[in-house]
Amino acid sequence: MPQTLEPLLRDHAFFAGLEPGYLALIVGCAANEVYPADAFLFREGEPAQTFYLIREGKVALEVAAPGRGALVVQTLGEGDVVGFSWLIAPHRWEFDGRAVEPVRALRMDGTCLRAKFDDDPRLGYELMRRFAGLTVNRLQATRLQLLDVYGRAHDH
Amino acid sequence: MTVVVEPEPAQSAATATGHDLPGPVVFESSAFDQLLDAIKRRGFHVVGPMIRDGAICYDDLGSASDLPEGWTDEQEAAHYRLKKRDDDALFGYNVGPHSWKKYLFPPYARLSPPERPPDKRFAFIGVRSCELNAIAIQDRVFLGGHHKDRHYESRREDALIVAVNCGEAGGTCFCVSMDAGPRATRGFDIALTELLGDNGHRFLAEAGTTRGAEILTEVRTRPADAGDVGAASAATENAVASMGRAMPELDLRALLEGNYEHPRWDDVAARCLTCGNCTMVCPTCFCFSIEDISGLSSDSATGDPERHRSWDSCFTLDHSYLHGGSVRVSDRSRYRQWMTHKLATWIDQFGTSGCVGCGRCITWCPAGIDITEEVAAIAADS
Amino acid sequence: MCTAVRTITDSTAQDEPGPTARARGDASSWVETERWEVAGIRRESPDVVTLDLAPPRPFEFLPGQFNMLYAPGIGEVPISISGDPVDHGHVLHTIRDVGPVTRALCALRQGERVGVRGPYGTSWPVAGAEGGDLVIVAGGIGLPPLRPALYQALGRRDSYGRIVLLYGARTPADLLFADELSAWRARFDLHVSVTVDAADLDWRGNVGVVPDLLRRAPFDPGAATAFVVGPEIMIRFTVRALLAAGVTDDRVYLSTERNMQCAVAMCGHCQLGPYLVCRDGPVFSHRQVGRWLGIREA
Repeated sequence: MPQTLEPLLRDHAFFAGLEPGYLALIVGCAANEVYPADAFLFREGEPAQTFYLIREGKVALEVAAPGRGALVVQTLGEGDVVGFSWLIAPHRWEFDGRAVEPVRALRMDGTCLRAKFDDDPRLGYELMRRFAGLTVNRLQATRLQLLDVYGRAHDH
Repeated sequence: MTVVVEPEPAQSAATATGHDLPGPVVFESSAFDQLLDAIKRRGFHVVGPMIRDGAICYDDLGSASDLPEGWTDEQEAAHYRLKKRDDDALFGYNVGPHSWKKYLFPPYARLSPPERPPDKRFAFIGVRSCELNAIAIQDRVFLGGHHKDRHYESRREDALIVAVNCGEAGGTCFCVSMDAGPRATRGFDIALTELLGDNGHRFLAEAGTTRGAEILTEVRTRPADAGDVGAASAATENAVASMGRAMPELDLRALLEGNYEHPRWDDVAARCLTCGNCTMVCPTCFCFSIEDISGLSSDSATGDPERHRSWDSCFTLDHSYLHGGSVRVSDRSRYRQWMTHKLATWIDQFGTSGCVGCGRCITWCPAGIDITEEVAAIAADS
Repeated sequence: MCTAVRTITDSTAQDEPGPTARARGDASSWVETERWEVAGIRRESPDVVTLDLAPPRPFEFLPGQFNMLYAPGIGEVPISISGDPVDHGHVLHTIRDVGPVTRALCALRQGERVGVRGPYGTSWPVAGAEGGDLVIVAGGIGLPPLRPALYQALGRRDSYGRIVLLYGARTPADLLFADELSAWRARFDLHVSVTVDAADLDWRGNVGVVPDLLRRAPFDPGAATAFVVGPEIMIRFTVRALLAAGVTDDRVYLSTERNMQCAVAMCGHCQLGPYLVCRDGPVFSHRQVGRWLGIREA
């Protein structure tokens, strides 16, 4: 019997504390992916029905700006989750996701998961709760970035 | 509970502590110049109280006739007036806008190259108990840390102090509740209590140091009798009894350090003009800023530009300036800084309270803000 | 009515930062500076310069301490000493150009002289952190005051568990000590993570904030000591993340700044509540100073 991805899910920080029964339920929505350096996991504008649990490596969220090349807004690494766009309409990627260095990730299928949530709303609650926490952290980090605390000194 | 440090006796070979000094003596008020002359003969620069610009200020004292004989000060919050007394008391007032920091920690001084110390040591005539405590508090700041301030030290060491015990409280005084008076107990060379009445206008004089005792031998005195001593005690009791305000008897440090967000701060901020008068008249305020003077004046020895210091006040916006802005911008934060420092965090920083209950800040505040009242208001609902 | 001496004992006795090496005290006026020669200059970033100053005699300091640097006729500023404490002949100061005095200091050339007095202030409890993990978190110009502590810890590497350096800056161009960062990264006994708020095209490192680096850093919060320096907001967010991870507030140390003029506890400017930053700091434990930094001044 081939080994399932369950141990890999269990090891990822996102699923910490999730009942083993639920892990078994959703493992079918997971795929193990490997990306070489500079490969794109997803591109801005494409339909977003997946999210990624980074197991190894670094992913840059970028936006392509004419004349300025690619601007990295944030990098995410081992233990992080990439991809919130699958949660809300219009389900399109807002940024490019590029592997800065070789990346191993679990790609989670949002359509598959949503079907499971319909069957068991409590599973949906558990995952949404985790996403809410991530979103709050991400928001706070973004605000700290915006504050530009290291900014250029004032002349006086 | 307030914490006050005892003033240290002047550090000089001519002084001694306590018990081997002669007992109190009495001299007639008309002999006051003998006291001043004895002090001047010893080469002191004598300064003391006199009337100037409608107030009793400290300046060079030529003779007893310069003293504000027959005058008193009527003080209340935001109010100071000189009033004629119906007697000829020489020290019948309390404290004016000046304090002795005018001499020990002058408003403006050159730090580098160092100023020559004054040729003559100061003799301060008419130092109140609250002021003795204030000097001791500033001694801690300028001399009590790892680094001593030579400028302060050169003016402080060997300064002669002739204290005067108050016979009545001033309108804004609260030294009793700050454990800073009204009677001088240590830190003086001579302590005088002025006595008026049936037994004549005279001074009870106690020597606090050997040199104080020596000076008194050059004045026509007689030993104090029980009547004199009794009258002096009565004067002190009268000062205590006539005290019109008190700092609430509380752990001020705990109260203020635990109430940084009390609504009273907004209330007082609405009245405070951040004019800084309180910090200028306060005998313990010690903040100073350093100025670098570039230009033509320079030290001939090193060629370096001069560095000066001048009194600063925590009420100024610049006081807390850091990286293009100030930490304390609002009136509220600056008033809070002043009051919490004076009564609470000073204790953490220097081991004593910063307040001696002299009441100057209340008198000279144009808005009439009274720190005893502010403390009471915070205590009332905290 | 008594005037007894009652002295409050030092209320900052617990969780005190490390020992203080004292500046020359009684021999001269506290304001006097000595002239030290600029032995070398290194431009670290567009607005940051490291001055290598040669003291007239061997100079000792403890990590975290600062000197007052004097540009004659312009003014004096407190600058953390940023070099190796074991080097008594080269005293490094990393200075950011933020005003007239620092601009003058950043413009100094080799062979010129600058006024120096010090060292002042409390130090990082580097020895006190032995036996556990050491987490050093720097933001922007916060790395220079921490570098001496890192040198000292690396000098006694075996006394520590893991040593972690987390460093955040505005952009890659603002990263200080670039060569050394590479060297540190190459060590197996030191975990280094660097991040920037905004990247340029060539940057292949992290983009994001320092607290996020903490989440991924390998250290045992229950057995760790943290040293944090950076802009106050960054310190606040970082300390929050450290405490959330389980580091206790008596093991989190930070270095603070306030308007400083005399540096000898007399001018009153550097007050932070009950503390004088020049004397009781700049290094404090968060347990001592957290509440005072949290007071809304505005």
